[in-house]
Amino acid sequence: MHASSEMADLQRRSLLKTAGGLGLVGLFATLGLFPASASAEELKRTVFDTKNLDEALDALGGFLAEQSSLVGLTAPDVAENGALVPVTIETSLAGVSQISILVDKNPTMLVANFTIPSGTPAFLTTRIRMAQTSSVIVLVKAGGKFYRAGKEVKVNQGGC
Amino acid sequence: MSNPTRIRATAKDGLTEVRLMMQHEMENGRRKDEAGNLVPAWYITDMQVKHQGRTVLSGQFGTSVSKNPYLIFRFQGGNKGERVSVAWTDNRGDSREDQTVID
Repeated sequence: MHASSEMADLQRRSLLKTAGGLGLVGLFATLGLFPASASAEELKRTVFDTKNLDEALDALGGFLAEQSSLVGLTAPDVAENGALVPVTIETSLAGVSQISILVDKNPTMLVANFTIPSGTPAFLTTRIRMAQTSSVIVLVKAGGKFYRAGKEVKVNQGGC
Repeated sequence: MSNPTRIRATAKDGLTEVRLMMQHEMENGRRKDEAGNLVPAWYITDMQVKHQGRTVLSGQFGTSVSKNPYLIFRFQGGNKGERVSVAWTDNRGDSREDQTVID
């Protein structure tokens, strides 16, 4: 279990405990992933280099995020132009410190990662690029725990 | 030379709503020019919004944020006449900071 000594992240540890530790430690080790930051510090830029959705979620700290109906993600059902897809994220979850937007089928899955200080409600609207029809996933860290929601967006003309 | 970020900040019901549009090509490194050459990636990597010097939002961007990044968000507090500033840095090390006053 020497790998776990490198994992200073308490939440990760409790997740590992609940998920039967060894198997996941082995998995993370083989993927060569770094432990997620436990604070609201900026994440390392390497989170943008991840090659699949699971890796990206893990690098953000939200590998075991639970699907939550409290995370609101508004995006069009059909985007005529993948270069400009409007997305709005809003949640009633308390203590939101991080909001990340991901697109499963983009060459770079992670679109943006926002750090939300106290005094800033968990609401934002932005515009993203989508290479093709894909699910858009939003990952929210609230009260130190991770929640996610997703929506399939059909893209008529890719914008990457 | 980069162009100024357009910022609108409006105080209402104890919140300030910020709408901003950064002026940036956000080249993702996969587009080809007319001659068929790949245009190198050139995009904003980090941005920060401050109210009177206090950070109210910060973000890290990848190459999938649309050209001329656009954001709407809100923060608690803020009064008419107070300053809201938006700073960004791109992957070439270019950066700028622009500000507006809350109306």
